[in-house]
Amino acid sequence: MSDTPLPARRRFRFERHASTILLLASVALYVALIIIMGQTRFLTLENLVAILGRSITLGITAIGQTFAILVASIDLSVASVISASAVVTSVVMNGDPAMMLPAVIAVLALGAVVGLANGLVITKLEVNPLIATLGMSLIIQGVLSYYYNNFAGNVPAEFQIFAYGTVGIVPFSLVFMFVLAGCAWFVLRFSRFGSDVYSVGGNKDAARLAGIKTDRVVIGAHVICSLCAAIAGIYLASRLRSGAPWIGAEGVYDLESIAVVVIGGTVLAGGRGGIWGTMAGVIIFSLIDSIFNVAGVDAFVKQVLRGIIIVAAVAFYAARSKRPVA
Amino acid sequence: MSDVPTIEMRGITKSFPAVKALRGVSFTCSKGEVHALCGENGAGKSTLIKILSGVYRPDSGEVLIDGVEQHFRHPQEALLAGISVIYQEFSLLPERTVAQNLFLGREPMKNGLIDNRAMVAETRRVLGLFGVRHRIEPETLVADLDVASQQMVEIAKAISLNAKVIVMDEPTAALNEAECEVLFSLVDQLRAAGTAIVYITHRMREVTRLANRVTVIRDGEVTASFDHVPAPDVIVRAMVGRDISEYYPEPATPGEIGSVVLSVSGGGNAALRDINLELRSGEIVGFAGLQGAGRTPLAMALFGAAPFTSGTMMLDGEEVRLTSPRDAIRAGIGMLPGDRKAQALFLMQSVRDNGMLTARSFASAVGGDGANRFTDIAGMNALLDQMKVRAPSYDQEMRFLSGGNQQKAIVARWLALRPKVLIFIEPTRGIDVDAKASIYHLMRDLARAGTAVMMVSSDLPEILGASDRVIVMREGRIAGEFGRSASEAELMLAATGETGVAA
Amino acid sequence: MSAQSLPQTETPKRGLPKINPVYVLVVALILAIVVMNPAFGEPTGYMNFLKRVTALAILSGGALYVIVSGGFDLSVGSIMTLTVIGSSMLASNDPNSTYWIIPLMLGIGAVVGLINGLVVSYLKVPSLIATLGMMITLNGVAFMWSGGAPRGYLPDTFRFFGRYNITDVPVITLLPVAVICLVVFGVILWWGMHRTNFGRMLHAVGDNPQAARLAGVPVERVRISAFVVSALTAVLAGVILGGRAGVSVNIGSGFELQAITAAVIGGAQLLGGRGSVPAAIAGALALEAIFTLLNLLGLAQPVRLVVQGLILIGAVALATYQRKRSGR
Repeated sequence: MSDTPLPARRRFRFERHASTILLLASVALYVALIIIMGQTRFLTLENLVAILGRSITLGITAIGQTFAILVASIDLSVASVISASAVVTSVVMNGDPAMMLPAVIAVLALGAVVGLANGLVITKLEVNPLIATLGMSLIIQGVLSYYYNNFAGNVPAEFQIFAYGTVGIVPFSLVFMFVLAGCAWFVLRFSRFGSDVYSVGGNKDAARLAGIKTDRVVIGAHVICSLCAAIAGIYLASRLRSGAPWIGAEGVYDLESIAVVVIGGTVLAGGRGGIWGTMAGVIIFSLIDSIFNVAGVDAFVKQVLRGIIIVAAVAFYAARSKRPVA
Repeated sequence: MSDVPTIEMRGITKSFPAVKALRGVSFTCSKGEVHALCGENGAGKSTLIKILSGVYRPDSGEVLIDGVEQHFRHPQEALLAGISVIYQEFSLLPERTVAQNLFLGREPMKNGLIDNRAMVAETRRVLGLFGVRHRIEPETLVADLDVASQQMVEIAKAISLNAKVIVMDEPTAALNEAECEVLFSLVDQLRAAGTAIVYITHRMREVTRLANRVTVIRDGEVTASFDHVPAPDVIVRAMVGRDISEYYPEPATPGEIGSVVLSVSGGGNAALRDINLELRSGEIVGFAGLQGAGRTPLAMALFGAAPFTSGTMMLDGEEVRLTSPRDAIRAGIGMLPGDRKAQALFLMQSVRDNGMLTARSFASAVGGDGANRFTDIAGMNALLDQMKVRAPSYDQEMRFLSGGNQQKAIVARWLALRPKVLIFIEPTRGIDVDAKASIYHLMRDLARAGTAVMMVSSDLPEILGASDRVIVMREGRIAGEFGRSASEAELMLAATGETGVAA
Repeated sequence: MSAQSLPQTETPKRGLPKINPVYVLVVALILAIVVMNPAFGEPTGYMNFLKRVTALAILSGGALYVIVSGGFDLSVGSIMTLTVIGSSMLASNDPNSTYWIIPLMLGIGAVVGLINGLVVSYLKVPSLIATLGMMITLNGVAFMWSGGAPRGYLPDTFRFFGRYNITDVPVITLLPVAVICLVVFGVILWWGMHRTNFGRMLHAVGDNPQAARLAGVPVERVRISAFVVSALTAVLAGVILGGRAGVSVNIGSGFELQAITAAVIGGAQLLGGRGSVPAAIAGALALEAIFTLLNLLGLAQPVRLVVQGLILIGAVALATYQRKRSGR
């Protein structure tokens, strides 16, 4: 056999670099806008931190959503989980610093249970993940609205440090988000579970033939996803000083978390992508928000533009893929 | 050979809804031997292997490994028992590296984390066994490899498991001659090292070259078993079950072959180069070649699904530019795709709706039955009767039919439109022997009625048996043209582009 | 249907031996309601029930088109909101405005459906995300249009379809105009889905889009049409709902999931290929009947959400289970 080494056929793949390109483009747009508007006061480190700080709920949620999407599933229940966990946080704490730890434990348990339920319904009952998590979302929202219809309980000042405390000029919560992202990256890159997530998302049958317990991997990804949403809810309660049953839905965290994951280069069909892309997606979204603010866009117009941008962003990737759509 | 066979399958029976799969099949394979498992497409070879590897559970019968009865419930249990399978469909993950694929589900761990360095080193060692170390880097993404290299990775994956039993399901489908030789010598090495090898193929050349024993299955039953390698025609007769002469219909007489219906000159696109060909009415032209040689892309180009980007195409003497299947159908070209389930069947719709879909697609959207001369229920019923589609009712959902009946219903879809050119891709894949013969006769009847028939197939006996003329493709080009009296060896040589290799 | 020349005993299409369980469910639920509240057996009782369910029933029939084609349309609730708010803004209390407002709204609906369909077909955005984006956008547009608080109200000519009852009808005493709309549009939707070539192509596209393309089905056109039908029914549902309930900011929210739930109760196959318009409408009746029962049992509004979620998951799980058992 001819053993002449073939030249490495590494095609340049636009999709693998798209999130970086988009990130640079949105930074450039932001800077250009500021210079044109002559509002250079926005070009400071403090402002940069402020921009990032606005996206922490979304960022934490999106880290979890990345796991769900990588494993070729999806989670539409995150917004309800965020609402529920924010309410549970503030109700359990109810201004009492001693209840901080029990509240956090209770919320994490709630997240784990929801994720487990999602995962079991998807794997064992073989319900389409979109429907399973939509149904779960309705159930959570219903239970929550049954008991609460307004802000309930309150978060003690000690716990508000989570949202408002800073190291120098950097908020704790921002550090927390990046540490969480780092952990997620580490798990995906170096652990057996992380490797299995990519394998199951890439080709479930191949993974099964290779002896991977695919159901457990899917369930695990969903537990992580719901846990992240629960943590995002804790953060939101700390920032708002109380929780209300609509705050998750109001933030459209389900759709936005999916959108930033996709903008970050993780394919909806699963098996390809990663955490840092998602973080780039989160930053792109905060920059777009800031651009609207600098440009003084009306709140309702902003909502309209957001909807269009989300669809456009997904289209940007999807139009390239040859997979059929659902 | 030891007394206890490494694997022993006794009286395996398995049925799927509407599909007879296996009936009382027994099969053994011992240490240090290559046992060839032969059979036509759809005979039940793959089902048997999937039972051995724990993908399916048998309805009855037992599987013994080293004399101990096993009940695999998950492929992992079979893997742990030392059974490794190289599947026909690739089970690689395109977005992961070669090393990650090789160690899928059993990554080496160090301190609770994946040991990437060990993984890469071991991958390099295994690839070295093939002499493909220079061509495949452990950290390349599988998506960036060509088809043959992917097949090599697939084989390397099975071998790196150090399994007791290796099952190879038509491993040479995508390999050229030189690569086949590498594989064969590897099989020899594994046999010498004491591995039990089950080698599935329908290529007699490989049986002769490799096997110690041969078992033939047909329609889910063992029809012959040999402790030696018999003459190829003995095996073929056992595979086909009757004389070739009545299996395939008579070829076209010179008088039946008419004028050129479709011609292409200088046709090319991303997968094809310099295609020149003519299809005549009344003639069946077989297209042979290795996987990835460009046969399916050619069919898709003629059908407008992946159009030519250069060259000209003439239909009935007029130049046509077909850029979608709709254009092609309107111009009088029909196609039966190779992967029926993915590309042709509407499993939840009725048999009749499946048959009528194309006709309906070209009728008025708001029209009902009878909207044009093709959307005629009685006409479709008559066609389905004529095709002898066996179904309790034509209102039955398509998913309840057997492969052969499904294929016939799809043929009816095209017959309703009376196309000038009809393209069959792998027309008998996954179809039982009786239905196969009727598909061949159907193709012949169509040709006799004046249709130009193009048949793409990977089954050389089928190509030679059913065609009037054979075109062999290689690397996106037409590599040769043969009459039906050509031998399999001649076709293989043209398909692989190698010379001087004895067949 | 023409005579069949089949050797087997052919069952006529309408009277399939298996009756869809949704019809049994509806009857059972109605009986339960009558037992708990005998007034329901009076014409005013059941006619009001039908009047209440009309918007959802028409919407479910339209949503079914998208579901059968293999997608989801989550924008229908926001189209309803936009229809109600937009109409109230435009009408400015002029009774004659209805005659151009409703066609205008249908036009807007058609454009929205067209955009949904184009984005899904050509930009290949999963329909769930495309229509969710459309939902956010349209809710924003509705807010913008109304400036955050809807002014004006709908003229009686507009509210005719949702509110007016024809009285002194023999046997049933009264007949709401909404119920006539339900029957008319229900029949049109049934005809389009089950009696036209378009309907057959819709099933094929949802069942296997790749095969549909290779069989010559104009897949993109079929998909886009499905979204247009869905959006148009949403406008109709909006007109009827606005007529019955008046103007409010979030009037349409939640209807998108109710419509999907209704279709699923009616046995529609999510991700395409199977579905029946009469069964989806029956699904809407069943869902509304369940809500009515919950009310009678004195359970608060949020319980509806929980029940709806459980039904959604349960119905899909049951369908999967049955399909697996019947072999695939």
